[in-house]
Amino acid sequence: MLDNPAPLVPRDTADLVAIIRDAVDAETPLELYGHGTKRGIGHPVVARAGVDLSAISGVLFYEPDEIVIGLYAGTPLAEVEALLAANNQELAFEPIDYGPLFGLPPGSGTIGGALAANLGGPRRIRSGAARDHVLGVAAVSGRGEVFKSGGRVVKNVTGYDLSKGLAGSWGTLAAFTELTFKVLPRPEFSATIALFGLGDAEGVELLCRAMGSPAEVSGAAHLPAAPAAALPHLASAGRSCTLIRLEGFRPSVLYRAEKLNALIGATHETARLDGAKSRDIWRVIRDAGPFVDHVDPVWRVSTAPTAGPAFVEALRAGITFRHYYDWSGGLVWIEIPDAPADAGASAIRSALARFGGHATLVRAPGIEISVPRFQPQPPALAALSRRLKSAFDPLNILNPGRMG
Amino acid sequence: MSSLAMPAPNEAHLARREEIAAALRAIVPGEGVVTAPDEMRVFETDGLTAYRQLPLVVVLPETVEQVSRVLAYCDSNAIPVVPRGSGTSLSGGALPLADGVLLVMSRFNRVLEIDYPNRTATVQPGVTNLAITKAVSARGFYYAPDPSSQIACSIGGNVAENSGGVHCLKYGLTTNNILGLEMVLMSGEIVRLGGKHLDSEGYDLLGLLTGSEGLLGVVTEVTVRILQSPETARAVLFGFPTSEAGGACVAAVIAAGIIPGGMEMMDRPAIHATEAYTKAGYPLDVEALLIVELDGPQGEVDFLIGEVETIARRCGAAYVRVSQNESERQLFWLGRKAAFPAVGRLAPDYLCMDGTIPRKQLPHVLARMREMSKKYGLEVANVFHAGDGNLHPLILYDGNNPGEFDRAEAFGADILRLCVEVGGVLTGEHGVGIEKRDLMGEMFNEDDLKQQQRVKCAFDPQHLLNPGKVFPVLHRCAELGRLHVHKGRLPHPDLPRF
Repeated sequence: MLDNPAPLVPRDTADLVAIIRDAVDAETPLELYGHGTKRGIGHPVVARAGVDLSAISGVLFYEPDEIVIGLYAGTPLAEVEALLAANNQELAFEPIDYGPLFGLPPGSGTIGGALAANLGGPRRIRSGAARDHVLGVAAVSGRGEVFKSGGRVVKNVTGYDLSKGLAGSWGTLAAFTELTFKVLPRPEFSATIALFGLGDAEGVELLCRAMGSPAEVSGAAHLPAAPAAALPHLASAGRSCTLIRLEGFRPSVLYRAEKLNALIGATHETARLDGAKSRDIWRVIRDAGPFVDHVDPVWRVSTAPTAGPAFVEALRAGITFRHYYDWSGGLVWIEIPDAPADAGASAIRSALARFGGHATLVRAPGIEISVPRFQPQPPALAALSRRLKSAFDPLNILNPGRMG
Repeated sequence: MSSLAMPAPNEAHLARREEIAAALRAIVPGEGVVTAPDEMRVFETDGLTAYRQLPLVVVLPETVEQVSRVLAYCDSNAIPVVPRGSGTSLSGGALPLADGVLLVMSRFNRVLEIDYPNRTATVQPGVTNLAITKAVSARGFYYAPDPSSQIACSIGGNVAENSGGVHCLKYGLTTNNILGLEMVLMSGEIVRLGGKHLDSEGYDLLGLLTGSEGLLGVVTEVTVRILQSPETARAVLFGFPTSEAGGACVAAVIAAGIIPGGMEMMDRPAIHATEAYTKAGYPLDVEALLIVELDGPQGEVDFLIGEVETIARRCGAAYVRVSQNESERQLFWLGRKAAFPAVGRLAPDYLCMDGTIPRKQLPHVLARMREMSKKYGLEVANVFHAGDGNLHPLILYDGNNPGEFDRAEAFGADILRLCVEVGGVLTGEHGVGIEKRDLMGEMFNEDDLKQQQRVKCAFDPQHLLNPGKVFPVLHRCAELGRLHVHKGRLPHPDLPRF
């Protein structure tokens, strides 16, 4: 919702500072974005102008031996991933590609957007999210001031960890200009063990046992029959799929797969998919693949892994939905066809209240602005969050209202 | 006592001491409020023993409500508060203030809940780091961050300092291993962050709190992630003729896609000191000793031991020894783990520094440090978390010789400046505290520090929680909040405007 549809496109930090200072002087809000793949997430921003940050782009340095990369925040994620892959490295947090969920082509998005949304894929349960891999930031605050925090080394406790404080802040605190990330070796080999026909509770129970074993599981998902049909390479034949991923050096993966099969027991039929097939499957799980060709509201619910199925059971009383679990049951993706006016917010949040966690309305086509996209916070925490916002952006210039 | 200045005590608080103690006794009854100097003596310092100060009063609360009421009382009376866990900080983070309350969290010592299916443990902040692992070890689990003070340091203190350990590169720091917190703000408000689930519904306050050195809130409950213990672990000792060769080996291991559980390096003085002290069997004719530990599934460790050995030989390792059993692995670590006391035997006193550098800078930094050692006339030994670049130079001195402590501090400051100069940071895991407070300007400019202090203002607008730590200059929040406008003086007139 912009007065002026032509965005401002800063070429460098100095341009960005000028734009934000200008906005501070005029007290007019700005909408910040990179490629705009996640613009549909959160509350629509009411702003005088958009600021397209994607031109502040490029690699500052990349030192594979030091497992560190420095990037301008507008650098395309795809470019970063290709550069790292050429050196057998990667961003270990497995960033989600949100584009397809909003009808956009895959492969878009910037590294700045990945941190602003604190992206984390199936490997979140083992390797963390963007917050766990960022080492340093330089940014421009809503005061129009450049500041930096962190550095380029893994071990650093010098001053507050503003890099983490800014992760997942959706452009409401500062506009990133330069980012430093830890990178990690790309696993040489990936294998997925699949089981068919388990119920939700049974599937998640198995995933939790696998996670609690020494098998070093790096992906743990359960898809009921309908969403499972969207998975490639798996002849699920109308059955649910429970999936466990192992990654690393080939001898290690094969050794662990054997251990895991012993843990699963002979009573279940299992299939193993290796290499590219395994990677294809987890890309679909990562990107909410079962829901990409639709337009209905989509939620992401984060709760304790064992609470996932119980939460889903409680939700059945209220609304009709499709769902699947990632993060060993702790992440529930929910799609709501024929959604009520609030996209199911009241049903989902009241069912979740018993278990703890948070529910985010990710895809909200035509949903009333009054429906909170992010989980509402208790008063003391909400007040603290508002004070933190003011500490960076006292005039509410940057993405005002995006987080509710 | 050296030259680091703490904020001038408020005379009015000192005069009201009895009244303040009485008010606190009304909140924390019984033995929980201590005012006798003899009884407060044990709290006058932390792990940075060169600095000592008796607090105005010591309070040992037992419940969250008591913490909340103590903080609310101090907030409304503008009395500073210094939180303290086990007091093992090496940077003076828990140094008391003469006009302040020392809030000792040691009575919060219970493990509240262990949830194996969800792999979490919820504990009170006074529980020691090692006690968490002990509480879950019977089921084969452990808590990964393992600072070397883990037998004594509390998890609340670990959160305040974002503590690391030798396994950081593979398993992360405290901030990567905690899921939830309950904390009390200076206002007395109780806030819960996270839980057993992942990620935040709003701003990542958990990330901001971790490593905030007791300046933002007092932690009263922590939920940590526990991990299944690796199936096995084996260690290899490599001796190199130069620190360059040792550094090249570390880089080559990582370039091969291997992230060992631990990678530790020692320089010649540290090798000799530890071998004399522990008889760990270290080679004495090498310039750099590297301990590489590989942990994980048996099948993986067996495979990687061979890979790492091949890489090390290619990098010029003159000495290679692979642990053949668990007791031998422990022996390999014995020397490294005793490095501080072993080096401590070489001189009456030592200062332990804590910079982090990009790994490739190690040979350069060691060479520069040798020059500084000559300049200051003080010996230095180095232990190095090679995997993550965290360097612990141990500067030897004799506090009884006039001026030697000041010289050691100046040497230490030069080392930290060097760390920043080569792209590193002032502190990897010990915290800024008072020790590195006045060096913050080496790494951050005025705008960086002001933005950090604005964050402080969101939590504690009167600067009452642990003042005098971390920031060299305290700005009032009202001053920090002021916004300058630049009407009519905009650079880049070519940019499109609205």
